[in-house]
Amino acid sequence: MNTPALRDWPLWEVFVRSKQGLEHKHCGSLHAADAQQALQMARDVYTRRQEGVSIWVVPSANITASAPDDKDSLFEPAADKIYRHPTFYEIPDEVGHM
Amino acid sequence: MYTQSFNVQEASGQKKAPTAASLENPEFQARFDRKIDADGKIEPQDWMPEAYRRALVRQISQHAHSEIVGMLPEGNWISRAPSLKRKAILIAKVQDEGGHGLYLYSAAETLGTSREQMLADLHSGKAKYSSIFNYPTLNWADVGVIGWLVDGAAIMNQIPLCRCSFGPYARAMIRVCKEESFHQRQGYEALLVMMQGTDGQKAMVQDATDRWWWKCLAMFGPPDTDSPHSAQAMRWGIKRISNDDLRQKFIDATVPQARVLGVTLPDPELKWNEERQHHDYGQIDWDEFWSTVNGNGPCNKERLATRVKAHHEGQWVRDAALAYARKHQNVNLCGTDQELRSNFALSSTHSGKEAA
Repeated sequence: MNTPALRDWPLWEVFVRSKQGLEHKHCGSLHAADAQQALQMARDVYTRRQEGVSIWVVPSANITASAPDDKDSLFEPAADKIYRHPTFYEIPDEVGHM
Repeated sequence: MYTQSFNVQEASGQKKAPTAASLENPEFQARFDRKIDADGKIEPQDWMPEAYRRALVRQISQHAHSEIVGMLPEGNWISRAPSLKRKAILIAKVQDEGGHGLYLYSAAETLGTSREQMLADLHSGKAKYSSIFNYPTLNWADVGVIGWLVDGAAIMNQIPLCRCSFGPYARAMIRVCKEESFHQRQGYEALLVMMQGTDGQKAMVQDATDRWWWKCLAMFGPPDTDSPHSAQAMRWGIKRISNDDLRQKFIDATVPQARVLGVTLPDPELKWNEERQHHDYGQIDWDEFWSTVNGNGPCNKERLATRVKAHHEGQWVRDAALAYARKHQNVNLCGTDQELRSNFALSSTHSGKEAA
């Protein structure tokens, strides 16, 4: 099938802010020729029912992701640092909420 | 709209034994199995057995194709809808189906296949789509019945898929299911209105119900005793409920709806079984089902030809958009630093710019 555009339209990741005051959250991806078109298509594909008040589109190729194999070395060391959590510390009851 | 009936091997109807567990890497395989056993999710970058990847690409892409082809039988009625209200509803529904197809194509692409490849497989006839769309929509009541029964069956099928072991597929299904309820309710309500009309209108609803009922039951796929891929799909956490159990659930849910609507479901053997606490039902014509899956349904050729034609006729648009993007690429590749900062700063309260 002779469709060069299908091959060449880059992939974009779509982030939607569901309401003012909340962060943008990743909600999916799509193919589009350029950023403007990606925004337009993101609007049609991901926000047909007022799911958002703002959209970001980012070329997927520009996202650098951590590798699954690095999971242990990146995140595991935090497991033995329980002193980073408030529940690590015993506070007398009479102090009340702290 | 979706069924598992199209989740068949490319040369459908042939029974191949499920692929044995991968031996490509025992250690990775063991880790994968543990994750599945613990009901964990597999994400695109994780190691997965080749057979799992292939099964998912097949199922997700065929699911996507079904959403896209599913636009055709209803799309025929947009210009013939009986009122502006029904036209607006139908346009919204058909647009949803297109959206569902796009969520699913994106999910399949995370597995390493490409949009181009998937469309080529659809257009060449190599990839299947749900057989239910190879039947014609003869009158306006068909549009209502498709919403009520076809989308109703699809919902039964799609809800368990929200818990599928492959993360992107499960997430796409959650999004789809949220929208699907509108599809079923608008169809049922359109039929309720017709049932308050003339005798002729009531007869149209009954006629459409008669023509679609058995085909909807077949949408759940072959009986469990005759469903070679089910065990493996269950093991992988891709499938959660068997074909026959889903079919039974659908029948039990639909019988009272038909009563309220005032139509008869065309099965003399359909009756409540007190002992089983389920409805008994008659024999499904599986020869007809396989014949349609294998390309001999009333609309197979027409549907595919329409899809291919639309794709070809849209090519100049896709090419023009790309040419335009390339021409303007160097002019404004990205905004100024100030614009970038206001878009991305976590503490920013700046609004409006991002959506502009």
